[in-house]
Amino acid sequence: MARMKFICDAERCIECNGCVTACKAEHDVPWGVNRRRVVTLNDGLPGERSVSVACMHCSDAPCMAVCPVDCFYRTDEGVVLHDKDVCIGCGYCSYACPFGAPQFPSNGTFGLRGKMDKCTFCAGGPEANGSEAEFEKYGRNRLAEGKLPACAEMCSTKALLGGDGDVVSEIFRNRVLVRGKGSEVWGWGTAYGKPSTGGSQQAKPEGKKS
Amino acid sequence: MSMGKAALLLSCAAFALAACGEKTAGAAKKSDAPAFQGSTGASAYSASGWKAGDQSAWEQQMRHRNQGQNEYSRAPMQP
Repeated sequence: MARMKFICDAERCIECNGCVTACKAEHDVPWGVNRRRVVTLNDGLPGERSVSVACMHCSDAPCMAVCPVDCFYRTDEGVVLHDKDVCIGCGYCSYACPFGAPQFPSNGTFGLRGKMDKCTFCAGGPEANGSEAEFEKYGRNRLAEGKLPACAEMCSTKALLGGDGDVVSEIFRNRVLVRGKGSEVWGWGTAYGKPSTGGSQQAKPEGKKS
Repeated sequence: MSMGKAALLLSCAAFALAACGEKTAGAAKKSDAPAFQGSTGASAYSASGWKAGDQSAWEQQMRHRNQGQNEYSRAPMQP
């Protein structure tokens, strides 16, 4: 199995925020924390594009590299997770992340910064799979239930794809070939540009560029 | 060596080694169980079609589930 990956098709995203809502509802994410959000460029202008952004579960994650207490780990499926019992809430990961994925609940006096919270690819955390402790700290563990992330499964236009990188890339490649454009999707090179061990070079979708 | 010097040396050594028994601050990172092992307590929310603990069945379930995001497999194109 390849690594778990997200990709958002900016040609399809309609900025409905269904992914954001699905994430918040699924994991009981506290007020002020957005594990996923929709970013719109050229809002209201011709060529407007929206893209759903969360933790991209980087192969060489900068958050892991800078964490002073080494609270991050990567699962066998390539999902980057962290242990909140080890996190000290310093915020270094927030500065290091190019996607703004690490979030910090400010629910105390003087805007106290709590432990870091981020997208878990619906894979929970180091607590027992599906336990109450895991839900309290990290939210639902859908992967252990045989499901994929709620945001991708709930996306009405299927702009947001999430799951096994090989399958996701195949779905997206087919889509690009059918419609004839979109191979220049943002983040594609980062997410799929370097195929994992062996295999054919199937990373870059081919299609006529718009 | 006088008794005074010996006592001073011993106290210095005790002071210097005092931190050696200190426990590491903070919690140790816990290990995580793989997703294919399933949820504890047979979650009522688990999807059917795979058996917890069977890695290949779980991977197959993931690939099958992924096709739910593929509109061309859900609603094939008309000729």
